[in-house]
Amino acid sequence: MMNAPASQSNGVSLRVRGLRKAFNGQEVLRGLDFEVAPGEIFVIMGPSGSGKTVLLKHLIGLEAPDAGEILLEGRPLQAPGVMNRYRMAMVFQSGALLNSLTVGQNVGLYLAEHRLRPPGEIARITSEKLAGVGLAGTEDKMPSELSGGMKKRVAIARALVIEPQLILYDEPTSELDPLSAVVIAEEIVRLKERIGVTSLVVSHDRDLAFGVADRIAVIHQGQMRAIGTPDEVKRHPDPLVQQFLQAGFKRQ
Amino acid sequence: MFQNIGELVVLFGRTLAALPLVWRQRQKILDQFFEIGVASLLMVCILSFFIGGVMALQTGPLLVERGLGSYVGAIVGYSIAKELAPVLMAVLIAGRIGSAMTAEIGSMRVYQEIDALRTMNINPVHFLVLPRLTALAVALPMLVTIAIVVGWMGGALVATANARIAVSFEAFFHALRSAVDLLDVLNGVFKSFMFALIIGMISCHQGLITRGGPRGIGRSVTKAVVNSIVLIVISDYFLTRILLK
Repeated sequence: MMNAPASQSNGVSLRVRGLRKAFNGQEVLRGLDFEVAPGEIFVIMGPSGSGKTVLLKHLIGLEAPDAGEILLEGRPLQAPGVMNRYRMAMVFQSGALLNSLTVGQNVGLYLAEHRLRPPGEIARITSEKLAGVGLAGTEDKMPSELSGGMKKRVAIARALVIEPQLILYDEPTSELDPLSAVVIAEEIVRLKERIGVTSLVVSHDRDLAFGVADRIAVIHQGQMRAIGTPDEVKRHPDPLVQQFLQAGFKRQ
Repeated sequence: MFQNIGELVVLFGRTLAALPLVWRQRQKILDQFFEIGVASLLMVCILSFFIGGVMALQTGPLLVERGLGSYVGAIVGYSIAKELAPVLMAVLIAGRIGSAMTAEIGSMRVYQEIDALRTMNINPVHFLVLPRLTALAVALPMLVTIAIVVGWMGGALVATANARIAVSFEAFFHALRSAVDLLDVLNGVFKSFMFALIIGMISCHQGLITRGGPRGIGRSVTKAVVNSIVLIVISDYFLTRILLK
């Protein structure tokens, strides 16, 4: 079982070395290498199908790599006990809230299932986390009653209950209107400032990436094409990177 | 197919290993139990009542014509207790409850809810499979017990009311008591317990291996129901063979 959430969260470092993965003979990740410093917001950008979500699934332990390794604080993720030693959470693209549970039950699920707090305290923490993402009073609503943006904020609140040291976001602003996207982006930055969590964001939203990132990586067909600060990536000479960053539709 | 069987055996082993956690999951088990009961009780009563009636209607006139009217209760009672109630109720539950279990777990799989559970270090076998299997293993034998009694009542009513049979209520149950003992009823109830394990395991397994979108969920539901019914009938033969006096 994971450790009980501590009162304060400190980000962990993450290092990926030579990560490879193929499905049915088709290589999705082709030797990815990168490092994320503790407390950093690291954004991975890339077109659809470039392997971003598969990468996240490896980082949270939902997929096992064919080759390469993932190190958390220098320890291999697959080694016994490492997944339990560090608190990690993932915010899924769809939110992935359990539709048969209320918002409150979703947010308090981790604490309730692992019996880490008494019911009264779980209710208090749930309300506090929901208020933290601007959704106070929604505990008794069902996920089906929420908008897309609200679902993602509930998913963030659910992740926060774990008091994670590493939080992974899968396309956090997809399907959201610009105002809701701004709220989510502010939330990501606020979390870093408040609890020092290491954040890894996978997105193809350029506004989000350049707005929140300490560093950005661009992947294409499972390979790293560029990595650096937002300014460095903007000036990167790789034509594929430039094409991705400057893609836009102009009516003739 | 062999891969599916292997996965099913592994899932069953993991669920058995999780049995010590039953008490922790009691609220979910109770929720599932009442869901199964509420969804099925009326259907079970209607189905078993008419099965008993049809059995009496089919066998009654033939037996009466041959001067064996006093055996109607014995035949109807015996066949309902040992065969018809457990098998037909299991088929009903596979269609009514097993399909719903597969659809729910399959949709959780497709929409990443199960992945979300895993990221929270919550074991889907403990959270989803154990409560459903336990509830079903308790509920189906109870429903079959009710079905046996209601089936007997249906048979007795038809045997009494139908002019071509005209066997009294007392004569029907006198014959039934002389042919059916508690062990026969327990025999049927035990079969239903085994059928509950088959339905629960197949339904949960199909849900957990669901791939694709809504079409994948539909495919899993169909497979779960068809596989459950086939395995119920096959295992019924072997259970009957083992339990023969």
